[in-house]
Amino acid sequence: MTRTPKIINRLIIQVAALFAYNPFLHNFLTGELYRGGSKYLCTPGLNCYSCPAAAASCPVGSLQAVLSGRNTITSTYVVGFLLLYGALFGRFICGYLCPFGLYQEALYRIPGRKLIPSRKVQMLGLLRYPIFFLLVVGAPLLVVDTFGNGTAGFCAWICPAGTLEAGIPLMLTQQSLRSLAGILFQWKLFVLILLSALSVVLYRPFCRFLCPLGLIYGWFNRISLHQIKIDSSRCTTCGACVSSCKLQISIHTNPGSSECIRCGDCARACPHGAISIGFDIPTSQARTVTRN
Amino acid sequence: MGSVFTPRNLLVAGGFILIALGIWSGEAGIVFEKAIRVCLECIGLG
Repeated sequence: MTRTPKIINRLIIQVAALFAYNPFLHNFLTGELYRGGSKYLCTPGLNCYSCPAAAASCPVGSLQAVLSGRNTITSTYVVGFLLLYGALFGRFICGYLCPFGLYQEALYRIPGRKLIPSRKVQMLGLLRYPIFFLLVVGAPLLVVDTFGNGTAGFCAWICPAGTLEAGIPLMLTQQSLRSLAGILFQWKLFVLILLSALSVVLYRPFCRFLCPLGLIYGWFNRISLHQIKIDSSRCTTCGACVSSCKLQISIHTNPGSSECIRCGDCARACPHGAISIGFDIPTSQARTVTRN
Repeated sequence: MGSVFTPRNLLVAGGFILIALGIWSGEAGIVFEKAIRVCLECIGLG
């Protein structure tokens, strides 16, 4: 396993993922959507499929789209992608492969006073459960119109990635859409502005409190191929890892924490080299054993 | 040598099987049709 991932490497991967998800930048000028075959596929991270530059589909949007159909009550296709990505990467996706995570981190780099949330505030992370079960799954199945089509509750009422990547660019380029904007668009714009402002002082507020995709991938953190491992013979419980963690995770006691986005700050901060982070591939393990 | 039937491997295999089932049942087409049109919910109009 890799020992200490460098910050610059993570930033490069995050930016590469942003452009891999959204390569058709020229579409921002016209407001047209890409309509190629890659849109059959779901991206690992949150990336709106109505973004003019998007090459593939958002897994959360796709899940709601399938569930809101008249004849569907489940989605094996999207759940399959979530299982696959979750089992391979866990929340490594949040730390490395999510454009909206990158957006929040960019805002957090603005200098100034930063907030460290209390335990009570951190409990707001539980909001992700009703968001997932009521808005992502419940609303498409239960809030139906007269034709039997459900409502994509999370996309409609919360998703700031949709507002940022699709809502604003499309409103700017298409007069017909602009004329339809009303209270719902204003609400979504308010959510985006609030989360953007909060991101300047608090690390990744959307990921902490609202993101259903992070919630799902968190369930896989203990078993995913990408892992954090603690060498207990080296760990002195000095707490350097906890102090360095922007999500306030006690990683030396809980390396499989569902909140951990695998950014690697803890591994870099550990003075004893007790934290290793990387893909737990059997062949590389065998090599390590041989070397020792 | 460890078993190949680890929870992780089973989930990866399950993921591929569910994706294949989704393609077979036409869900991939639903995702595609949604993704190539402007999603009114996503942009705050629907």
